[in-house]
Amino acid sequence: MDLALILIAPGIAALMALASSRIAPWATLAATLIALGLALTSALRVARGAVLSAAQGGLSLDALGALYLLLVAFVGVTAAVYSMGYLHARMAEHTEVPPRYRQYYPLFNIFLVTMLAVPLVSNLAVVWIAIELTTIFSAFLVAYEDSAEALEAAWKYVALTSMGAIIALLGVLILYYGVTRAGQPVTWPGLIAAAPALEPAVLLVAFVLWLIGFGAKAGLVPLHTWLPDAHSQAPASICALLSGVETSAALYMLLRIYPALAANPGIARPALWYLIAGLLTVGVAAFLLLQVHDFKRLFAYSTIEHMGIILTACGLGAALHQLGTVYQFFAHAFAKSFCFYAAGLATVVFGTQEIAAVRGLISRAPPVGWAFIIGAIAIAGAPPFALFISEFEILRTGFGAGEYFATGLLVAFIGLAFVAILYHAGRITFGEPEEASQKVRLPGASLAALAIAFAPLFVFGFYLPPPLAVLLHRAAALLGGTG
Amino acid sequence: MTEHALEIARAVDGFVAALFVVFGLGVIVTRQMLGTLYLFVLHALALSASASVLAFAYASPHLGWVALITFSTKAVAVPLVLRWAAGSEIYQRREVDQVLTIPVSLLIAAGLALVAWVAANPLLQAIPDRPFAGINLPTGLMSMFFGAFTVVVRREGVAQLMGLLIMESGAFFASISIVSNLSVIAEVAAAVDVPIASLVIGLLIRNIHRVTGTTRVGALAVLRERH
Repeated sequence: MDLALILIAPGIAALMALASSRIAPWATLAATLIALGLALTSALRVARGAVLSAAQGGLSLDALGALYLLLVAFVGVTAAVYSMGYLHARMAEHTEVPPRYRQYYPLFNIFLVTMLAVPLVSNLAVVWIAIELTTIFSAFLVAYEDSAEALEAAWKYVALTSMGAIIALLGVLILYYGVTRAGQPVTWPGLIAAAPALEPAVLLVAFVLWLIGFGAKAGLVPLHTWLPDAHSQAPASICALLSGVETSAALYMLLRIYPALAANPGIARPALWYLIAGLLTVGVAAFLLLQVHDFKRLFAYSTIEHMGIILTACGLGAALHQLGTVYQFFAHAFAKSFCFYAAGLATVVFGTQEIAAVRGLISRAPPVGWAFIIGAIAIAGAPPFALFISEFEILRTGFGAGEYFATGLLVAFIGLAFVAILYHAGRITFGEPEEASQKVRLPGASLAALAIAFAPLFVFGFYLPPPLAVLLHRAAALLGGTG
Repeated sequence: MTEHALEIARAVDGFVAALFVVFGLGVIVTRQMLGTLYLFVLHALALSASASVLAFAYASPHLGWVALITFSTKAVAVPLVLRWAAGSEIYQRREVDQVLTIPVSLLIAAGLALVAWVAANPLLQAIPDRPFAGINLPTGLMSMFFGAFTVVVRREGVAQLMGLLIMESGAFFASISIVSNLSVIAEVAAAVDVPIASLVIGLLIRNIHRVTGTTRVGALAVLRERH
């Protein structure tokens, strides 16, 4: 019942938000808190070894699912809190209420339901539908500003990711054929059980279709072009959800199919697919990071880089363990949502996202400036933040597995991205503002969200609560590692 | 089912598959927006017909549902939803905007058909137990390629949406020949998904028209990266 309630709570909030825009922010906050509470209790039970099931097996939750569920629920709460301040601050810049304001909270909640459904629903065809609906319901959130640029970004987002989703659909249906023919249910455990007996061509074709299809949604190169556009135009709260957890939903699918590929004796070295796709993505993103002009695009390219790192980590971890993969997947959500919250407030302060037009963010608005530079340090993979631990673990695993060339390339690309991110972030945050300093009133709720988002980013860099550590190890073991 | 009846079913399915390809090609080359929509409806009807033939041949009620759902969503609901969401003035206007000329488009489409045929082969060898896969799998792949090609070469929003829907029909055309037992929940969810996606994309097109004065989404290029 708990699992169903996780979906029902934001569903009810969407209906309440439709009925009244006055209560919408509070209903959304309450629903996201309920979802987080239920996700936490469910994850604790999973960490103790249970595999949860509800709705006659229609809903289920294992360790990797629980981890992703926690991430969606947590970013959902911080995005709800952040929206309460940010939308009003943005509205203050306009003379009238933006036309999409009334649609924001209903869509926000439905978008959240679709993302929460991804780790919860058991049937793989229904998981595909949930992922497809994340795009559909977030299209008008990306187009929130209702400008030509925002609509263009929303169109590119919908067109490219829908094309990807349709390609992935064929992969899902091919897997459906293989798994049912092997006499197994079409669920994650069913796929793993059926994998050794599947025709290698069936499994490999389905995987390649997933890699292209879900790769478009995850922002893998060369299908990444929608991502910087959508992130530069969407409200910061939506960027946090898109970047922190929505792109990860597609990557979640690619990670979950890996153990099935590895279990099939007819597929030689499946990790190579992950290494090639991952390194290509990290490499291209690192070079693109050098030449950005917009600070929200900077974080968007960093998201592409992180998606590539996670995929590469999966390839590197194949021979030893997948702890680094899971930790990076986990830490990315906290770091990226935090960065977009800071970027959104920087937009409120300066009224522009142009890197060249922004100087001295720390002088102008110290909390935002410090958050911006801390976020940049964190996503670049520097200590003491959670991403440092995960990237260190990935590189250790890579060298330990004897993958010197791939790991060396990854080190070079991460280094390049590190320099690019810190160069741009340094220009934005330090120095003196070009215009005479004008007092800007920052929205309290958004600052609170920034503080909440900072806590796990910082704490998980040096301490993991034991149940969470167990959950991470169990999730890593599901991907074929020893945990 | 007797061998003779199976042969007849395969012949009928082959004929439907040929129509499916022709209607898909039509969407690539038709200049009239309304014509594109009519061809899409015919394309969906061909998918529904193929699903009906396969439902009969495999004695599969699930495929019967797929036929019914395809007919009611793609052939009926999508055109109605689009007319309401995008506005009749948008898709009734003559569409002359295409990146490539029609002969070049046809030539590329022929190449894509060949690629689809070759690409389907490894999978066909892995699934010898499905008598209709030899027809439906390459045909469905062709339709997916045609749909993707339409999205790339058409600049109009509605035409690009038709491309996406044709891709989706292609995926189903290919898969009904190998999956005859999709769960009911997945069928219902798929039935809801297509009209919702059409509604949202239709509304997006109307908003683009309202703000930019055009539905030539292919010409929107404000957000290109500066160097």
